[in-house]
Amino acid sequence: MTPTEDSVPTHTSTPADSAVVRILAADGTLTPSDAAEPYLALVEALTDAELEGFYRDMVLIRAFDRQATNLQRQGQLALWPPSLGQEAAQVGSARAARPQDHIFPSYREHVVARIRGVDPIDIIRVMRGLTHGGWDPTDPRNGNTHIYTLVLGSQTLHATGLAMGLVFDGRCGTGDPERDEAVIVYYGDGASSQGDVHEAMVFAASFQTPEVFFLQNNQWAISVPVATQSRSPLHKRGAGYGMPSIPVDGNDVIASWAVTKVALDEARAGQGPRAIEALTYRMGAHTTSDDPTKYRTSEEERSWARRDPIERMHAFLRGRGASDAFFADVEAEAEAVADDARIRTTQLGTIPVDTMFDNVYSEAHPLVDQQRQWFAEYEASFGEDS
Amino acid sequence: MTTTDTSTGPVTGGAVTGAGTTPAPSGVENLPFSRALNAGLRRALAESDRVLLLGEDIGPLGGVFRVTEGLQAEFGPRRVIDTPLAESGIVGTAIGLAMAGFRPVCEIQFDGFVFPAFDQITSQLAKITYRHEGALQMPVVIRIPYGGHIGAVEHHQESPEAYFTHTPGLRVVSPSTPNDAYWMIQDAIASPDPVIFLEPKSRYWPKGEVDTTARALPLHASRIVRRGTDVTLVGHGAMVTTLLQAAALAESEGTSCEVVDLRSLSPVDYGPILDSVRRTGRMVYAQEAPGFTSLGSEISATVMERAFYALEAPVLRVSGFDTPFPPAKLEGKYLPDADRILEAVDRALAY
Ligand SMILES: Cc1ncc(C[n+]2csc(CCOP(=O)(O)OP(=O)(O)O)c2C)c(N)n1
Repeated sequence: MTPTEDSVPTHTSTPADSAVVRILAADGTLTPSDAAEPYLALVEALTDAELEGFYRDMVLIRAFDRQATNLQRQGQLALWPPSLGQEAAQVGSARAARPQDHIFPSYREHVVARIRGVDPIDIIRVMRGLTHGGWDPTDPRNGNTHIYTLVLGSQTLHATGLAMGLVFDGRCGTGDPERDEAVIVYYGDGASSQGDVHEAMVFAASFQTPEVFFLQNNQWAISVPVATQSRSPLHKRGAGYGMPSIPVDGNDVIASWAVTKVALDEARAGQGPRAIEALTYRMGAHTTSDDPTKYRTSEEERSWARRDPIERMHAFLRGRGASDAFFADVEAEAEAVADDARIRTTQLGTIPVDTMFDNVYSEAHPLVDQQRQWFAEYEASFGEDS
Repeated sequence: MTTTDTSTGPVTGGAVTGAGTTPAPSGVENLPFSRALNAGLRRALAESDRVLLLGEDIGPLGGVFRVTEGLQAEFGPRRVIDTPLAESGIVGTAIGLAMAGFRPVCEIQFDGFVFPAFDQITSQLAKITYRHEGALQMPVVIRIPYGGHIGAVEHHQESPEAYFTHTPGLRVVSPSTPNDAYWMIQDAIASPDPVIFLEPKSRYWPKGEVDTTARALPLHASRIVRRGTDVTLVGHGAMVTTLLQAAALAESEGTSCEVVDLRSLSPVDYGPILDSVRRTGRMVYAQEAPGFTSLGSEISATVMERAFYALEAPVLRVSGFDTPFPPAKLEGKYLPDADRILEAVDRALAY
């Protein structure tokens, strides 16, 4: 179907517009939907600094994302999965999490990772083929952010298991919001078809985990539209498993923030898992290996571009009187972030071959040790020849 | 094929199964492997409307490697099906479709994503004929692009063949040339048994001659692709190219290597291998997969059992290391290259 200016269409049945939580209309005016009613008090309490922070996050990561895409084109990266267009869903949800919460991304959550403290160069290292991990989720500087998962949906079970652990250890529902912990797991409309995601929801509901399933419905799983994954709006899935399930306009950063904040607060407080479907759009290619012109129309792309999350927030902030100096400052910082990514990427170099044999096991393993030694001698034999 | 393509010794296993009676578009064409597969699939779809393709992104996109390009436009969305994103779903429903009399051909997008379907393949698909005492057949093909050399991220470069060759009830094959791709996919579809069809993804692009009028060999035959007298080199898929490079280098150093392309990984056609080993007295087996309990382990053990007195040296194996497939920047060191194969050739000759 063709999206209209101010609705949030999917390729399945569009949830009744009023059911989708939205605060800002596509033109950036404050026009809350009926479903936004329960969130309005929260939204009103947001400070100018917080609102401007949302905008800054989105602009910075888009600049980084654009730079990474260019770096891939220049042969510096093996692959890049752009986050272009999904900034609002990611900023809103990540800013809603508390420092003690645990994050399970898929492979496109660059915005989320950055907000949680992960150095974007660590994401680049993964896509450059230097590492399968790139950052340590147990290092507090990375904000409890787990590493990217490329097997679709797998991480939803890990997130659920961790959340079960929180329940078993009494680390949620104590009534102390400063201490209670929750988990948020990201996945896509395509991944929602995987058995793992369904099993994760079964476990989460059974064990009443402190967990938010954050589905970014960006309308496409590579070339396959969401209608092939689901004939009913995906947010209804959560309800089917026994958890509250909320559709939100994922191109509206304020709505994404408010909905996720409430869901995480409830989960942390021991009220069990929640599902959120953020209706958004992948404006770029699936990855740099993909050619979206083979499967979608430029008309569709244009109609979503009119609901760009950054422009929407820009218009809103302008309307509230944000200064030229603020916008100029954000632009300058974005440029610096992009430059920094380019410079540091080209300085990454390679890694010692020997690392291939590291960490296959935690304890010494004779076969790996033997092969490490054999390979060292083999490599050295070329040195002697030349 | 750039080298002498002299096939073959005695062939065991694998009767030629028909790909139907429709006259082929005649002649010899020069095609990339991926186009040859596409042509083979097209012919199978045209010959029987019971043949179905299913997989992720195989419709308008034509698959991420474009192997199914144009087929949905030609045969429609119920013959070439873009499925929901669920590998267990793809294989599990293919089993049911086969029960309903279809011949499903599943595409798994990358080697590392076959594991969500692993239970359906190994616990179900492989055993259904056995469990039903022959009352049901499972003519299901599972196409899997596999192997390294493309500089990709994790889960996109693996060689999972041993998991499948270890499973009774599955046939496992891997073409290494466009001509084999064209014919073997048709033979796999014609097979009444489940076939794991491994496509060496680094071979998708190079071209080769495809003879659309004459099938070269049955599905389960191995083939000598280069004659030589001193050492027999054996492998499959993309490794065949590396073996041929090694053989060319060895020749410049005065060593004559024979190269055998396995083609079928289960069953293995030992005829040409044993024949060759009996002539050369030495064998080196090469594979991308880790070595421990791998296809190479099995084949070298069998050759030592069956050709012991012909051997001048133990059968030596060259493989990926027993580590996970490393990040892309290290794959060149992880994967056996011509040098590593030649190092083993030298060791074999030193006995
Ligand atoms: C189990 C598995 N199967 C297939 C793939 C290949 N693949 C990578 S991304 C993708 C589409 C995912 O779509 P979606 O879940 O909607 O997330 P998006 O990429 O749109 O963010 C596919 C098929 C994979 N990574 N994992």
